[in-house]
Amino acid sequence: MSTPEVTVIQDIRPLIAFVAPLLGVIGIVWAGEKRKNLRETFTFLVASIQATVVLSMVPLLLSGTIVEFHVWQMFTHVPLLLRVDGFGLLFACVASLLWIATTVYSIGYMRGLHEHAQTRFYAFFAISLSATIGVAFSANLLTIYFFYEMLSVSTFPLVTHMQDKEARTGGRTYLGYLLFTSLCILLPALSWCYVWLDGGNVAMDFLADTGKVGSFSETTQIILLILFTFGFAKAGIMPLHSWLPGAMVAPTPVSALLHAVAVVKVGVFCVVRVYSDIFGTEVLQQLDGEDWMIGIACATILISSLIALSQDNLKRRLAFSTIGQLGYVILGATLATQQGIGGSVLHIAMHACGKITLFFCAGAIFVATGKKYVSELRGLGRKMPVTMGAFMIGSLSVIGLPPLGGFVSKWYLALGALDRGATWVVFVLLISSLLNVFYLLPVAVTAFFRNPADDSEPEIKEAPMACVIPLSITAIGCFVLFFIAGPLVSMVGLTD
Amino acid sequence: MFEDGTIINELLIERLNYFIYVVLLLIGLHAMIAKKNLIKKLIGMSIFQTAIILFYVSIGVKEGSTIPVYLPEHDPHGSHSVPSDTNETSHFDHGPVILDSSLVKGYANPLPHVLMLTAIVVGVATLGLALALCQRIYQGYGTIEEDELLAKMESREIRSKTLSVQIPKDQKLPKKDELKKEKSRSVSKSKTLSASKPKPKGKK
Amino acid sequence: MENSIAWIFIFPLFGSVACAILGISNRKICYPIAVLSMAGSLWAGIETLRQVLSVNDHTVSYLFGGWTLDAYPRGVGIEFHADILGILITLVVLGVGLLVSLYSKLPVEEETPGKEPLFYTLFLLQVTGLAGICLTGDAFNLYVLIEVAALTGYGLIAIGSNRAAAATFNYLILGTIGASLYLLGVGYIYIKTGTLNMVGIHDIIVAEGLADSATMQVAFVLVGVGILIKMAFFPFHAWLPNAYSNAPTTTSCLLAPVVTKVMIYVMIRMVLSVFGVEFSFESTLWTDVLPWLVVVAIVCAAVMALAQREIKRMLSYLIVAEVGYMVGGVWIYNYYGLIGSIFHVISDACMTLCLFLGAGLILRKAKTTHFDGLRGLFTKMPLTMTGFFIGGFSIIGLPPTCGFFSKWYLITGGMVSQRWEYMIVLMFSTMVMVVLFFRMIERIHLAVSESGENLGHGHGDLGLTDQQTRFDEGPLSMLIPLLLASAVVLVVGIYNQEVVSLIEVFLSDFNLPRGEGIK
Repeated sequence: MSTPEVTVIQDIRPLIAFVAPLLGVIGIVWAGEKRKNLRETFTFLVASIQATVVLSMVPLLLSGTIVEFHVWQMFTHVPLLLRVDGFGLLFACVASLLWIATTVYSIGYMRGLHEHAQTRFYAFFAISLSATIGVAFSANLLTIYFFYEMLSVSTFPLVTHMQDKEARTGGRTYLGYLLFTSLCILLPALSWCYVWLDGGNVAMDFLADTGKVGSFSETTQIILLILFTFGFAKAGIMPLHSWLPGAMVAPTPVSALLHAVAVVKVGVFCVVRVYSDIFGTEVLQQLDGEDWMIGIACATILISSLIALSQDNLKRRLAFSTIGQLGYVILGATLATQQGIGGSVLHIAMHACGKITLFFCAGAIFVATGKKYVSELRGLGRKMPVTMGAFMIGSLSVIGLPPLGGFVSKWYLALGALDRGATWVVFVLLISSLLNVFYLLPVAVTAFFRNPADDSEPEIKEAPMACVIPLSITAIGCFVLFFIAGPLVSMVGLTD
Repeated sequence: MFEDGTIINELLIERLNYFIYVVLLLIGLHAMIAKKNLIKKLIGMSIFQTAIILFYVSIGVKEGSTIPVYLPEHDPHGSHSVPSDTNETSHFDHGPVILDSSLVKGYANPLPHVLMLTAIVVGVATLGLALALCQRIYQGYGTIEEDELLAKMESREIRSKTLSVQIPKDQKLPKKDELKKEKSRSVSKSKTLSASKPKPKGKK
Repeated sequence: MENSIAWIFIFPLFGSVACAILGISNRKICYPIAVLSMAGSLWAGIETLRQVLSVNDHTVSYLFGGWTLDAYPRGVGIEFHADILGILITLVVLGVGLLVSLYSKLPVEEETPGKEPLFYTLFLLQVTGLAGICLTGDAFNLYVLIEVAALTGYGLIAIGSNRAAAATFNYLILGTIGASLYLLGVGYIYIKTGTLNMVGIHDIIVAEGLADSATMQVAFVLVGVGILIKMAFFPFHAWLPNAYSNAPTTTSCLLAPVVTKVMIYVMIRMVLSVFGVEFSFESTLWTDVLPWLVVVAIVCAAVMALAQREIKRMLSYLIVAEVGYMVGGVWIYNYYGLIGSIFHVISDACMTLCLFLGAGLILRKAKTTHFDGLRGLFTKMPLTMTGFFIGGFSIIGLPPTCGFFSKWYLITGGMVSQRWEYMIVLMFSTMVMVVLFFRMIERIHLAVSESGENLGHGHGDLGLTDQQTRFDEGPLSMLIPLLLASAVVLVVGIYNQEVVSLIEVFLSDFNLPRGEGIK
């Protein structure tokens, strides 16, 4: 994705956005368990700084300027280079804004449940966000790998937060999948490109080196494509998805931000980068076996939606829904058309906003009532109207109805499929939207329209304000995204 | 049987020195690896090193050569020389002189021998250290048979594990004892050892 | 300074003598002497590096006894010969020596009370020997210095417990076999070339075309096998785990990072500078055979490491696996593999140092290095554990630690030579290391026993008393070296380009394949 008249300027802002949370960690640890308010102020502060810095780059980008920052020379030809382009900036905006919401939310959630080791929680949370921004602003494949690994390791303490047997199982699956794929699948692929693209003189830069993979033979290209697609296992593409439901043992804010926004979105973002900026649409469209990848993405979408139908645990149901939605993003990338890739980047943002609302609601329900299962939610709508209302909006956005954000991205995905000439993909999209309706709407419907099983339950009130406000904001965000879709669309290099 | 070119001829006549050193080397190696007794291992080690020394010494030797000390006719300073026409001019030269290569044939190569002096020193140091270790092992475990040693080490490991889990403080005490003893330096080594020996028995 | 290369040795050598003599009257004086002589030596090493870089052919020679280099073959006398590789590894040895000497104060006083003079004498001699191995230009002197390092090493290990003495005995037997085989090989080289100077040997091999000579082939095998035994390459590794895990803390911290690495350096030196690229890689079968042995070595060592439940033993087996990495990097025979191998020598020394220093601190505070005693250490000694696991992540190969970059070059090397078996086994052992270190993290971080029972009452309760989880860091004299070591791991990783460019300068003298590329 490169627009014709871009100017590149050197600026330290991308680095600030990356480093600010890391410096925040020092403050968070220093404040510690004894000065809770100070600690949470620090978290909030760095989240705001990060968001401000990221947002300040939006006007620059819209005026056709790309910000770059050269950090250090990693290999002879490969620098650790940060660059703010449309894809990255959109993703960074989403991640950093939602981090603010999550910060407020986790204050309510963690205090509401009297969780232990909150300092550790906030510290590693900040590190994860720093890594996420790093991924968003990476300018070449090795830089992205660098931050990708940083994210894998820094989320491990969050996933195993409960420190019990389930946490161990979840953590093992989590790291097993992520590190196995990144160290054993991704690294050889990177090394392959490093050695043999142009005799080791190529930095695998997303801007300058797009399409150079085309010099490889067709077989090699296919192998590389497979290695890259499955190497970024954070994308949750089947059959490498099982870590995601496993990681649901973590506290809800973690699940919300990391498994609806940061971690999984980093995965799909990396995949999109590889498809659009390493291979490039021209190379991909000429590649014969590439259709298979579309098939895999579609299979992921459908199978995971079917599994989600059978899940009673709310968080698990949402987890499988996430896998399906990640499939959309991958699908957009595999379609290898401008529209498709643009749509998939948009979908990262749209889905993030919708899904985080759903997770926030699940967490709020758990804080207020201790309930985890869909079947237990009967009649909850009347007692927690705000929460369940937000849940409804989130569901509709994920399903993709106008006037909610989810509609925009699905629209462009469908357009992309038509561009590619794969009409059947549109049907897959329709069927899966229908499946989305089946597994998401019943939750809200049960809550609002079914009478509770027995009225003897103790009084249930809304969750603490710190939980309710963020989820309301993100629910409103789903509407807002629909109405500001214009600038977003131009950010990812599409025209309305 | 000993015609030219046959392998037996080569081994037993032409290269007998190498043959012998290889045999010695293998004997030594076998003893080091296969023998259970630590002292026998060390004997093997000595044989092994000696074989190498023999090898080196033998490569310095030439047929009909003599020890590498100036022969009278080569001596540039002439103190031992029979005066002759060839070295009269260099009579007053001091310091090393490069000799005509046709003249030097009569010497054995001194370098391998000199190297072996160092190797012998190294070998002696190794042997000394190894014997000290053997002594230490014998004092600690009461045996220098490898299999018995392993069995004893294993049983002690199990015991120390159970001990350290139950009474971790106990482990520190003997150290302090040792410290005091070392400070006073009046207690000889064997006494410390004999004093520390009954301890595990007492705990039984 | 002109003769800085000599000062590298003068400091520790005379330091050791001073320890032995002055230590009789005052035991306390040994520690400062050791630290100062290590610092002086390191300074001389840096000075030498500067000299090496400032001259055109990047070598500095120091000749003993007024001999000159005029004669052919080179080197009638004895020579210290510093090229870029040699001085780099020397600096690693000296750096490790300095950090360990700083660290050693308390462990030495407590573990071997009353033997400080002895200990530091041996310590400094050990460093002298190792630095000598790196810098000597003479094949026979190399043998002597290997034995100097080995003998002091035996002493340093056996100074501890009775178990250590028993382990040392095996080390001594195998070490002697290794060194003697090397000596034998040098004998064969001498028969054929008539010189012992490394440069001289290489000149003659090239000039006389000795590549097909049976004698030289035998010499190569003997030297190679001897070095493989000394570096604890897999089937010959038996001495290492027992010796290092039973040794006193300081000893294992000094020996584990450098001894095997220095031997790998010797192998690289022999292969590249003495026998030469053409001889080593093209006239022998080693390029075909060794990578497969490496595969076996890495797999076996990694599996054995998995079976351990005690940190120091686990780390010892890791060293054996890492030795496999580096040997493989050399024998896959290409430019990237050798960069990887050499860089891994440096980075592995840093991270092994980091891990052993950490293990020493854990042993001191938790009174055990068994996995069962580790629970709750993150809250008890967060700094130590951070330092330790930076080393651990480096072994796994996570960026930006130096381990990532060395592993990157090794994998790249495997790819260029299309040695898929080597690449796959690297991946395999990487995963094993992920298991090893994250299993440790689990045991420390989670309230779950190995068999999977919950030990606490949920909510982060580790089932320990408050006293057991209270903040209780190790003494600063031990903590600071550990943190420095972990900083070095990161710095070497971040500035890997500087180190690699030095290695590239060194390798540019040799004609190594860079891979044609498959499309």
